[in-house]
Amino acid sequence: MDGSAIKRALSMMNERGSGEGAGYVAYGAYPEYEDCYALHVFFDNIHETKRTLEAMLEQWGHIVHDERIRTYDQPNLRTVHIPWRYFFKPYAGLMAHSTSPEDDIVSQIVMKINTAHTGALIYSSGKNVGVFKAAGWPEEVADFYRIEDYEGYIWLAHNRYPTNTPGWWGGAHPFNLLDWSVVHNGEITSYGTNRRYIESYGYICTMFTDTEVVAYLMDHLVRKQNLDADLAVRALAPPFWDDIDRMPEKEQDLNRALRLAYGPAMMNGPFAIVVANHEMMVGFTDRIKLRPLVVGEHGDRLYISSEEAAIRAMDPNVERISMPPAGKPIIGRVAR
Amino acid sequence: MTIGSLPLRYKISIDRERCMECERCIDNCSYGVFRREGDRILVDSRKCTACHRCIAMCPRDAITLEECPCDYRSHPLWTRQAREAIYNQANSGKIILSGMGNAQDYPVIFDRLVLDACQVTNPSIDPLREPMEVRTYIGKKPSRIEVMRKENGDVELATTVAPNLQAETPIMIGHMSYGAISLNAQLSMARAVAETGTFMGTGEGGLHSRLYPYQEHMIVQVASGRFGVDIDYLERGSAIEIKIGQGAKPGIGGHLPGEKVCMDVSCTRMIPLGSDAISPAPHHDIYSIEDLAQLVRSLKEATEWKKPVFVKIAAVHNAAAIAAGIARSSADAIVIDGFRGGTGAAPRVFRDHVGIPIEAAVASVDAKLRSQGIRNEVSLIASGGIRESADVAKAIALGADAVYIGTAALVAMGCRVCGSCYRNLCPWGIATQEERLVQRLDPEVASHQVANLIKAWTLELAELMGAAGINSIESLRGNRDRLRGYMLDESLMSVLDVKQVGA
Repeated sequence: MDGSAIKRALSMMNERGSGEGAGYVAYGAYPEYEDCYALHVFFDNIHETKRTLEAMLEQWGHIVHDERIRTYDQPNLRTVHIPWRYFFKPYAGLMAHSTSPEDDIVSQIVMKINTAHTGALIYSSGKNVGVFKAAGWPEEVADFYRIEDYEGYIWLAHNRYPTNTPGWWGGAHPFNLLDWSVVHNGEITSYGTNRRYIESYGYICTMFTDTEVVAYLMDHLVRKQNLDADLAVRALAPPFWDDIDRMPEKEQDLNRALRLAYGPAMMNGPFAIVVANHEMMVGFTDRIKLRPLVVGEHGDRLYISSEEAAIRAMDPNVERISMPPAGKPIIGRVAR
Repeated sequence: MTIGSLPLRYKISIDRERCMECERCIDNCSYGVFRREGDRILVDSRKCTACHRCIAMCPRDAITLEECPCDYRSHPLWTRQAREAIYNQANSGKIILSGMGNAQDYPVIFDRLVLDACQVTNPSIDPLREPMEVRTYIGKKPSRIEVMRKENGDVELATTVAPNLQAETPIMIGHMSYGAISLNAQLSMARAVAETGTFMGTGEGGLHSRLYPYQEHMIVQVASGRFGVDIDYLERGSAIEIKIGQGAKPGIGGHLPGEKVCMDVSCTRMIPLGSDAISPAPHHDIYSIEDLAQLVRSLKEATEWKKPVFVKIAAVHNAAAIAAGIARSSADAIVIDGFRGGTGAAPRVFRDHVGIPIEAAVASVDAKLRSQGIRNEVSLIASGGIRESADVAKAIALGADAVYIGTAALVAMGCRVCGSCYRNLCPWGIATQEERLVQRLDPEVASHQVANLIKAWTLELAELMGAAGINSIESLRGNRDRLRGYMLDESLMSVLDVKQVGA
C-alpha cells in the first residue's frame, strides 16, 4: 500500500501532537536496491559533513547509489537539514569474528557518526526500508516527502508532542536501527537502567530520547541473544511475579529465567510501542497499560493504533477491533 | 606529672523532685553508674556510655544526660577526640578499640543525593492500587536464555539456571555473629527475616542449634578464622558467604573479645572458653584471586552446587577491579561493605580512616561490571551505613541489587548506638553474653520490632518507586537517571554517574 492511507490515519490524531515532529517508515520502500543498506542521513550542510561520512562509508564498503531525498517545500515547515540517502554494501570481510558482519559494520558506522556530532545523523539504516521524518504536523511532513509516492508492506507512523527536545528532526519518531523501527507513546521510567544495560553491549544512545533504546533492545534481544520476537517482548514487558507463581511449572521456569536474565532490559513507565522489522510488526504496552492501544484486523491486514478512529480512517470496513490486555504482545507476521 | 582524669564525656543528672528512688536505674545500668547510699541514689557519670537504658526505664522521666559538659579549649585541629586518644594511648601504649561504625565527620553522600518523582508526562503508580514488585533474586543470572520449541508450539527453557535466593524485599540483614551479639538478638532477627521473606547472615560465629528452624533464611559465613565451619553448618545455610573483609576494618580480621566467649559461644564457634577470637587478617588459603575462585568452587562442591556462594569485601579504593575478579569466579553475589559499616569491635584507627563510602563503591563496581558486560550475571549487595528506606532506594539506584542492614536492625531492638559493644555489658541484651542482660531482650517482642522495620522500609520503598513511575525493582536498579546530586562536587558526581540538581 502507498503512504496516503497512513497519512490520513495520522491526521485523525492531531490533538495528540503539537506540530513539532512527525514521521513515517515504510518497509518495502526500495525494492530496486533490496540488497543494499538504505542509509538516510540528515546533513547540516553538504559541504564538509557529507565528505566525512562518504569517506567512512568507502572505507567500510561500497556506495552503490546515493541521492538527495526528494522533498517539497511546505509553508510552515522550516528545512533545517538536508535529507540524503545512500544505498550501501559493506565489505563483510572487514568485520572478522562476527556472525552478522554486515549488520555489525553498519551499526558501528551509525553509532560512530551519530556520536561524533559531525553535522550528520543517520536515522535510518535497514535494507529496503526508509524512515521519513521532520519537525512539523503529520500532514506537512507527509507532503514534504510526498509520502504517497512510496509503497510499503509495513508502515509505522507517529505524531509527536515533545517535551524534551522540541523541534529537533532527529527526535521525531520512528527511530530505526538496521532492520528495526519503533514508534512509541509514553515515557520510559526505566531508561537509565535500560540505557546502561544496552550500552554495555556496545550500543550508544545518541538521540537524547528514551525511544531509541527500544530499537536497540529489540536488536540485541533478537539478533544477538537469539530470542523470538514474542519472547523478546516478554523480556521487555514481563508478567508479574504473582502471575508467574501461578503458572504451570515449566512455564514458571521459562518466565522466571527470562526475568532473571533480562531484568535490566525490562521497560517501566507508561508506554505503547509498535516495533517492526522486515517480517513482522509487534505492538505492546507497559504492564499496567498506562497508554492506549487498539488493534484492528481485516483479512490479512493488521492495524495497531492509539485510537480506533485512525484505524477506521485507513479501513472503514475493518472487521475486528479489540483492545489487548496490558503487556500482551500483538504480533503480525508478513504473509509469504 | 600524670595526665590526671579526663573531662566527663557524659553527665547524668537526677531530678530529685521527680525521682521516687525505685532503683530501676541501678538495676538496669550494667556499667555501674548508679548506686544507693542511704536514702539517696548516687551517680558516677564517668562510667556512663550514653546507652540510655536508665532513661528508657525510668518511670518518672527523672534522668537527663548531657554530652561533654566540660569543654576543652576549642581548636579546629586538636579536637577533643584527637586529644583524648593521645591521653589514652600515652597511658596504655595500646591500640584503641572501638565499636559501631565510622565516627569521623565525613559528609554522607546519601544525604546529598535526591530521588525523582513523576509529574504530568508519566503517571506515578499507586502501590495501594497497582501491583508493585520489590521481590529480588540474589544469585547468578544466566547471560542468555536458550529455549526449545516443541512440536505443539510450546516453548520450554533449555538453560539451567543457577540456584538463587528469592527475597520478598531487597532488604536483608547482614552478618552479626553469635558472640558479637546475643542468641536472643540473633533469634529475634531470624524470626523477623522468616516472617518478612528475606535473609540474614550468621556472621563468622557458627550457627546455634536454636537457629536451625530458621536456617532456610540464614546465610552462613566462612571467614578467615573458619569458626564454626563444618559440613553440617554449610549444608544448613540457604547460601554461603566468604568474608574477605568488612567495612569497619578493611584489611584485618574479626575480633571477638574473650569476655564474650561464654560456654555456648565457645561450643558454637568451636574455640576455647574465654579466649579472644581473633581471625587472621587474610584467609591463609587465599593469597590471590585464583585462590578465591578455588575456595568458591570448593564450597560449591561440598554442597553439591545447590547453594549460592557470596563473597564479601570491604569497600576499598580498588573495589571495582576486585569485584570484577570475583564476578569471574563461580561466585553468585558480591557484597560490598562501605566504610560506615558497624562492628562489635574494631581498632578505632581502622574504623575511622580505612576504606571508602558505600555510595561510591557501589557506583564504581556496578560501572566496572557493566563495562565488562557481566553486571547482570552476579548480584551486588550494598552494606555499611544504610539508615532508612531512602538509603535503600538510593543504593539500588546506584547499582545494588539489595542491601544488608546491620546497625539499623540492632537499633530496632533498642540499641542506642553507644558504641561499647566490645565490653560485653550491653544493657539492651544485644551485644553481650551475660545471661542476666541477654534475658532483657525478648525475642517474641524484638522480632516484631525488626520485622516491622523491614516491612515499613519496604512499604516506603514501594511508595518511592511508585512515585517514580516504576513498578518493579529491576527498573530502579542502576537507574541513576532518577538521582540528582545536591552540593556534590563534579568529580564525585562523575564517579556516581549522576547529574546535579536542575540538570
